[in-house]
Amino acid sequence: MKNQLLQKEIDKARAVLSKSSVDYIELCNKKKNPNSYLISVLHKVQGEYGYLGKEQMDAVSVLMQVPAAKVTGVASFYHFFTFTPRGKHRISLCMGTACFVKGAGKVLEKIQELLDTKVGETSADGLFSIDVARCVGACALAPVMLVDDKVYAQVKPAQVDKILAEYGFVPKKAKK
Amino acid sequence: MTTEKTVTLWIDGVKVTAPAKSTILQAADSTNINIPSLCYHPDLSVIGACRVCVVEVEGQRNPVASCSFPVAEGMKVTTSSPLLRRLRRDIVELILDNHPMDCQTCARNGTCELQKLAHDLGVRERLFEGERKRIEVDKSSPVHRNPEKCILCGRCVRVCSEVQGVHNLSVQNRGFHNVVAPAHDGKMIDSVCIHCGQCVNVCPTAAFTEQDATESVFEALSNPDLHVVVHTAPAIRATIGEGFGFRVGTPVTGKLVTALRMAGFKKVFDTNFGADLTICEESEEFVSRIKKNERLPLITSCSPGWVNFMERFYPELIPLTSTCKSPMSMLSTLLKTYYAQQSGIDPQKIFVVAVMPCTAKKFEARREELKTPWGSPYTDAVLTTRELIWMLKCVGVDFANVEDGAFDSPLGVSSGAADIFGATGGVMEAALRTAYEKITCKELEKLDFEEMRGVEGVKESSISINGTIINIGVANGLQNAKKLLDRVVSGEKQYHIIEIMACPGGCVAGGGQPYPPKGIYVLDPSLARLRARALYAIDESKTMRKSHENPAITALYENFLGAPNSHLCHELLHTKYEPKTPRGVK
Amino acid sequence: MMTTAMERLLERRAKAEKRLRKEKFDAEIRMTVGSATCENAAGANEVFSSLKELIKKHGLKNVALSRVGCTGRCDMEPVVTVFDRRNTPVKYSTMSPAKAEQMLESHIIKGVPLKEMAMPRAGVTADARFSEDGLWADARLTDRFSSIFGDVNFFGKQMRMTLRNCGVIDPESMDEYLMVRGYQAAVKVLGEMAPNEVVDAITKSGLRGRGGGGFPTGVKWSFALAQKSDEKFIICNADEGDPGAFMDRSTIEGDPHSVIEGMIVGGYAIGARQGYVYIRAEYPLAIKRLEQAIDDARKEGFLGTKIFGTEWDFDIEIRLGAGAFVCGEETALIRSIEGERGMPRPRPPYPAVSGLWGRPTVINNVETLANIAVVILDGPEWFASIGTAKSKGTKVFALAGKVCNTGLVEVPMGTTLRDVVYGVGGGIRDGKKFKAVQTGGPAGGCLPESFLDTPVDYDSLTAAGSMMGSGGMIVIDEDSCMVDVARFFLDFTQDESCGKCTPCREGTKRMLEILQRITSGKGVNGDIEKLLRLGDTIKRTSLCGLGQAAPNPVISTIKHFRDEYEAHIREKRCPAGVCTQLLSYTIVAENCTGCTACRRKCPVECISGNPKEAHVIDQSRCVKCGRCLEVCKFDAVKRK
Repeated sequence: MKNQLLQKEIDKARAVLSKSSVDYIELCNKKKNPNSYLISVLHKVQGEYGYLGKEQMDAVSVLMQVPAAKVTGVASFYHFFTFTPRGKHRISLCMGTACFVKGAGKVLEKIQELLDTKVGETSADGLFSIDVARCVGACALAPVMLVDDKVYAQVKPAQVDKILAEYGFVPKKAKK
Repeated sequence: MTTEKTVTLWIDGVKVTAPAKSTILQAADSTNINIPSLCYHPDLSVIGACRVCVVEVEGQRNPVASCSFPVAEGMKVTTSSPLLRRLRRDIVELILDNHPMDCQTCARNGTCELQKLAHDLGVRERLFEGERKRIEVDKSSPVHRNPEKCILCGRCVRVCSEVQGVHNLSVQNRGFHNVVAPAHDGKMIDSVCIHCGQCVNVCPTAAFTEQDATESVFEALSNPDLHVVVHTAPAIRATIGEGFGFRVGTPVTGKLVTALRMAGFKKVFDTNFGADLTICEESEEFVSRIKKNERLPLITSCSPGWVNFMERFYPELIPLTSTCKSPMSMLSTLLKTYYAQQSGIDPQKIFVVAVMPCTAKKFEARREELKTPWGSPYTDAVLTTRELIWMLKCVGVDFANVEDGAFDSPLGVSSGAADIFGATGGVMEAALRTAYEKITCKELEKLDFEEMRGVEGVKESSISINGTIINIGVANGLQNAKKLLDRVVSGEKQYHIIEIMACPGGCVAGGGQPYPPKGIYVLDPSLARLRARALYAIDESKTMRKSHENPAITALYENFLGAPNSHLCHELLHTKYEPKTPRGVK
Repeated sequence: MMTTAMERLLERRAKAEKRLRKEKFDAEIRMTVGSATCENAAGANEVFSSLKELIKKHGLKNVALSRVGCTGRCDMEPVVTVFDRRNTPVKYSTMSPAKAEQMLESHIIKGVPLKEMAMPRAGVTADARFSEDGLWADARLTDRFSSIFGDVNFFGKQMRMTLRNCGVIDPESMDEYLMVRGYQAAVKVLGEMAPNEVVDAITKSGLRGRGGGGFPTGVKWSFALAQKSDEKFIICNADEGDPGAFMDRSTIEGDPHSVIEGMIVGGYAIGARQGYVYIRAEYPLAIKRLEQAIDDARKEGFLGTKIFGTEWDFDIEIRLGAGAFVCGEETALIRSIEGERGMPRPRPPYPAVSGLWGRPTVINNVETLANIAVVILDGPEWFASIGTAKSKGTKVFALAGKVCNTGLVEVPMGTTLRDVVYGVGGGIRDGKKFKAVQTGGPAGGCLPESFLDTPVDYDSLTAAGSMMGSGGMIVIDEDSCMVDVARFFLDFTQDESCGKCTPCREGTKRMLEILQRITSGKGVNGDIEKLLRLGDTIKRTSLCGLGQAAPNPVISTIKHFRDEYEAHIREKRCPAGVCTQLLSYTIVAENCTGCTACRRKCPVECISGNPKEAHVIDQSRCVKCGRCLEVCKFDAVKRK
């Protein structure tokens, strides 16, 4: 009786996540201090879905038997985790000290202006999302801008539109 | 027996001997020096977050948080200096700078710990004022959450997980954006919250408060078409005096009744009557289960926080939980059926107000399964003790000086067994007084079940009734309850009857009770003990101390309900439960 | 006959040598391509594949190509080093596939090194025998790097201890690590030393924590060793979070086994059988290399049960961070490994007494652990001979900002800031004037020219009002506004504050607001005093090191550059011309030809004037974007 009720919840949760995520959680559950793998599990789930949705986090809560408030409390503490679907292309601007000193702030302003999208958000057409990164460790190339995995070095504000155009960005004026 | 190791240290030049494992703050307790503190709570884990309690320790580069810093042999501590005064002042100002400045209109005006600290520490101007967080108040459930007033001391988070085991609250986000909230920063009503209100109790500010029912009660009282009646829970008589300057643990039943009449209630009944009735129904249920040896242990269902917890965290225990409505709901139901019939008043014109020590009762009153056939709730409004104190002050009742009054009959007549419902173990004791006599058909010689009394988290005992050993479990505070329940679920121990009260100490320390006076912390066992003592004193002073001997109850069965557990009883006095989602994670 | 662990290791090394000679070192020509994250970002992968293609295309025999870690020469990446039997090693910088082809055709095929593409070298002193036995001789671990690279200008003043193998060996090859006396320190302590002897050696060496705190490593170990517990842990802190610091990443990417070996030694010394590496998720290559290194070590029996054939068990698990700077703090890091929000807790108790899951735990930074083998193999006495009285050994700095040579530099403790900035760094770029050097990342401070002769060691930097920190070193020139720099760092710490304690959560926010006010021209008298007062409160009362150090950049810039603050507040002027809202653009009528370029480009149409007449900027509407200045060809637009 008792197991049936809980099992129903667990089955529901299993259906939400991919098999490899469920397998990973079950593997972690068998280890010593299973709850300590919460962050690892969130990495895994975000790796598969691109973000952590409410449903996924609830499923993690049930499968790991970690309170949901803790799951979201932990997830929202770490800036690596994101809770909304990201754009098709992820722009990430390094805001490390070297990049800052070399004018990354102006580049960021330009990106936000061109896409009419703020840091942490996704452009209306779903094409781009903008993030700032903490020092990617390529300081000699500052300022550094990443689009997906491609690194653009020594970026100047005036080059931003050209870089974005490689990924299908159409300037506003041209859209009319 | 080993004696605890101690160390000797100097606090402000005074030699202090303290246990080696104590903190500076604990050691300072014995010196008549009050080190100001905020996030610290003696009955919760120490987090050292607010930094208000900083003191200087010789040899330490920076001041240390006295709540977490361990004492050491020969340590020299300074608790007051120009530097410390400035640091504490600045810290409290920094908290205020991110806090609404609406003290005058705040529910906690006068009882707010932050307000008091700001005054005591001399914050007379704002030097660093800036952006303030803006977050909407969550009024979705009986426990309102106002993150703008939250100072992130984390007491609520700790009480919710460490004492109640609900783990509904966690700090979400990071840094300046930190907010205490349920999962997904969601609404309380969509969460696993059981509405026990312990977060309200421990909150130093008004970040958690109860849903205000006073306005609807005032409105009803001024509506000439309505017949407004009130009934008050057992625990209220032991605590409401605190709101009017009485010492903790002063019973004020008679004054309470008079005050309520003065406030305009047509009839003043006693939830105690419902309690006696609950005992009759529940012991009947128990006796029948014992006889059939099925669905054991029987688990009590008076505490709405516990019922909420059970439905979310232990739905597998639904079959074991007593189907009896709570005393409040039993009495409210009778008021709109039996009382309406007897007095010839249209039940739809009766407005039932219940004064409860509890925020979860507000949730109970709104439950679908506890509504009248015509759709409105049997209990129209639930007031907490705190709300009633304010209402009485608002209408100008000079509580301390009013004459004693008596509850209206017959639904105000009760036994001493009903009074002790407000304390942990009280329901069990009341039930045993009746069940014993029902099973044995003999008179119980000693009515006091001492082993059921006291504020320990878990109490276990075995008694022999007619040669049958009855294993009893009593728990208060849900983290304690888990210990018992896990044994039930795993089959580790065979209990026959279990009483659970959600709040630590029982209803006397419920989520709707007055904020305790200076010097006593809300979870302090001595607070619950003092309040409970008042109830046991009332019980002792009564000649009628067994529920089944309440003549009004007997009359009710004879004239209206038939026998205990009759068809009508089931229709009116029993309820059902169902698993709730999201399911809680223990 | 019983063989000792050391004999087995040497036997294993002989096998490695045999294989490596066959595959690589007996080749006529050997090429290595630097391949850390930064090098790959600069195009090292493309260069590597094109070299591979070219070797195949030209049918070159006897040419070996392999990857190595990063030598730290960031602005010269990608770097290809060519070893041949006639010349000293040649390092080709800023390579591209096209340049690689050019180089290959000339140097490899024709035997003529391309001097113009190579890094400058001062004299030819490299050990010519490197390819036979010089590289592998049982010399000091630190000597190897300089025998190859020592004569290149940039490296001349450096001493490679932590980074001894970075850029020298293939980080993904166990064999190559073994060839540089790899795991010899681990086997030595397991076979020949008692735990307290190991702790004593580390204490004697004077090694201090390289993560920022500078706590003596041996003392930390001795605390944990003294604890009685059924379980103990050693954690490698690779949660390198300081913006501008990346020596830990580079160490793991270039020499992962040295970190593993340090952990084995530390684990044995304190009695920990389980180690954790807590590493930033933002370092995928480092994670990958470390995972592989751990796997390889397990396969060799260097990790797991009965390691190196001894009775000692030790294993390592990797745990990923998730973007929280505060997790570099010991107690926050522990919470994070436990799967919680990374919020620090009050100390005492210290982790060495009660750490991970309440067990005695030692947390050492990557750089610290990479130094352990040096102490064990080259001796604590020798280690202690490097550096200053209280700071021993070397320190790696990530030199960046407005300096000519940027990159990872490792210098003996006690080297002056001037030697680093001018000696190694080559001075200020573009002929600009030096203004300050920022050390210690967000926890550190900015030191002006008068402090350039400060030796870099823990105590001198702290005394000067800055910090060693994890080793970020940003050079700031006259074009940077110090108020803005302070704002930048505070913006960082404010954003990274975990929010647990009041002073850090609320106080840094208020300081940031004041700085924002000042840089936007709304500063008022008294703001500097408020910053200092708040700074003092935060420093004295914050729960953890992050909060306690957060005000440092502000306090140090007020101390050394107060005039800049005052110019912002009193004159509403930014002397460096950085704070946009304090700038004004005007058109000098005499220079303006009325070409209308600025008028057409102004985004808010606040420039008026007829063609061929002098234009005017309406100051009330100007948004100070600077477009007019950019487009003016006649030097007519002036910025103040």
